[in-house]
Amino acid sequence: MQNPILKVEGLKKYYDIKGGPLGIKVGEVKAVDDVSFSVMEGEILGIVGESGCGKSTTGKSILRLVEPTEGKVVFNDKDITNLNNNEMRKLRRDMQIIFQDPYASLNPRHTVEKIIGEPLLVHGMKSAKERIERIRELLEVVGLSPYHAKRYPHQFSGGQRQRIGIARALANNPKLVICDEPVSALDVSIQSQILNLMEKLKDEFNLTYIFIAHDLSVVKHISDRIGVMYLGRMVELTNKDSLYDNPKHPYTQALLSAVPLPDPDLRRDRIILKGDVPSPANPPSGCAFHTRCPYASDICKEVRPEFKSVEDNHFVACHLYG
Amino acid sequence: MSEIVLELKELHTHFFTDNGEIPAANGVSIKVHKGEVVGIVGESGSGKSVTSLSIMQLIPSPPGRIVSGEINFKGENLVRSSEKRMKKLRGNEISMIFQEPMTSLNPLFTIGNQLIEAIRIHQKITKKESRQKAIKMLKLVGIPRADAIVDEYPHQLSGGMRQRVMIAMAMSCDPELLIADEPTTALDVTIQAQILDLMRNLNKKENTAILLITHDLGVVAEICDRVVVMYAGQVVEQGTTREILKNPQHPYSQGLIKSLPKIHEREQKLYSIPGIVPKPKTGGIGCNFAPRCEFAFERCFHEAPELYSLEDNRKSRCFLHDNNEGEVKKHAKSDIES
Repeated sequence: MQNPILKVEGLKKYYDIKGGPLGIKVGEVKAVDDVSFSVMEGEILGIVGESGCGKSTTGKSILRLVEPTEGKVVFNDKDITNLNNNEMRKLRRDMQIIFQDPYASLNPRHTVEKIIGEPLLVHGMKSAKERIERIRELLEVVGLSPYHAKRYPHQFSGGQRQRIGIARALANNPKLVICDEPVSALDVSIQSQILNLMEKLKDEFNLTYIFIAHDLSVVKHISDRIGVMYLGRMVELTNKDSLYDNPKHPYTQALLSAVPLPDPDLRRDRIILKGDVPSPANPPSGCAFHTRCPYASDICKEVRPEFKSVEDNHFVACHLYG
Repeated sequence: MSEIVLELKELHTHFFTDNGEIPAANGVSIKVHKGEVVGIVGESGSGKSVTSLSIMQLIPSPPGRIVSGEINFKGENLVRSSEKRMKKLRGNEISMIFQEPMTSLNPLFTIGNQLIEAIRIHQKITKKESRQKAIKMLKLVGIPRADAIVDEYPHQLSGGMRQRVMIAMAMSCDPELLIADEPTTALDVTIQAQILDLMRNLNKKENTAILLITHDLGVVAEICDRVVVMYAGQVVEQGTTREILKNPQHPYSQGLIKSLPKIHEREQKLYSIPGIVPKPKTGGIGCNFAPRCEFAFERCFHEAPELYSLEDNRKSRCFLHDNNEGEVKKHAKSDIES
């Protein structure tokens, strides 16, 4: 395989909990707790997990839209964790993000032309004529028409807005695009249009995606490799076929068996997990999953399992494979 | 077949707005039998929630109004029922759970308070007894530490637990019919599995009929006996879950099922239905789905299809199933099969 375009090492993001009349720090929410992975050039890395598992925070920390507490992000062999704002802004030409909610991520007071033109202007395309040319081009690439440029976001449907969000992300020919739940707000028939578009664009422009989602079938469809997160930690990471055919971590097994499938003939042995995801402000000791794990033993309560390779390219954090 | 609990006949619920009349439910006919789980599937704007709110007579008026049609619940037409009668029925014989467990509980009252209120409105029992009943219901829906939770406030519970409380409340008066409007959409998959499991058990144990509204065909496959597919305010297809998922007849249902990414198959490109979901409108001619349909022919743009009956109690709103369209049908059928 090619070189890793992005390497994340020991990424942590803790949010302080402040309390009392003086606003003294009383605790921490460990939103992302020691996550490491790398993304190869031209691949799609899926990240799945339930709400509150830290998948979005991971995506945002990579772009430094939230400042990571600890850890290193290396993009194209360059450590970007200590860059200042100016240098970071330049770098964001190459790293872009598409957000979940197409209703909230576009400024309602700006025309589409302004929304897509803004990143072009910021990154030095001063000539208005060139910009308009590029905007037309981008709109066509994402399946809209050039005459849409003068319209406002409210005049578009959810799927069309997501296309605008994609056009904006692609404006400066990025190398890496982080897609944070890009289709979860869309209807099924629209969702498949957007997924196809994203795949087409990836091939056309040689993009690398980090695809964050909670829908396992969508992630399976689009990704090459998939990481599963639970309570701020990466518990399993491997290519998509071994993850779905041979899930190792008990959480992954339960997660996969819980997905309702639209096929009445597939009756599976469901693993129904007891209880809820614990609060990340007070995560369980040892392995974070031990409170719900059907195979938990004493060691799981005390020692945090190491995230290591158990087979070729198959990483798991579980004592069962120690 | 067993007795019919709920029957909608040509229900028209329209909204009268500044931009004209919007037929959100445009002639919906659905039957629910005793102890049956019926799913209504559709994308946003297909009229599935409006249909369920119409049954409960909870359509905000103005701007909405049930224009015509019948809602027969155990032989009684609810459209003509008084508000007083509806209050008796709601929560007692028909109850409803909503999508957002966060917003459907009152944050200022304890769980027990809200459950006891619902029980005491419909049953003549003392406060003490109803508290016991509330705890029993919480246990029934699988809430741990039920005797402590009963005195806690909604914010102290997680999303899945709140949805369990909603179900406990809905089931507390042994309703004949439970309407569940996207009950698991706001929940994570592992929690969704718990809630679906719970609903299936309650359906088996108490023999409650469930009308489940969802956009997720996976959820439908898990729990429903029969499915009704809606598009732009109309029923476009109905049949048993198995038939609809395995062998959909209407081009829209076919497209919807084909456009889902499958977890056990590898495909290069997803099928997608072109265009966007239309808003329901009056006075339009032709089939609502025709502009997006790959089998559409001339008649589809001039005339609205009726709901044709097929074998095994199936129905489909498409000219391909009109027996007079023999030629076209053969042509399209071979297209579908190829």
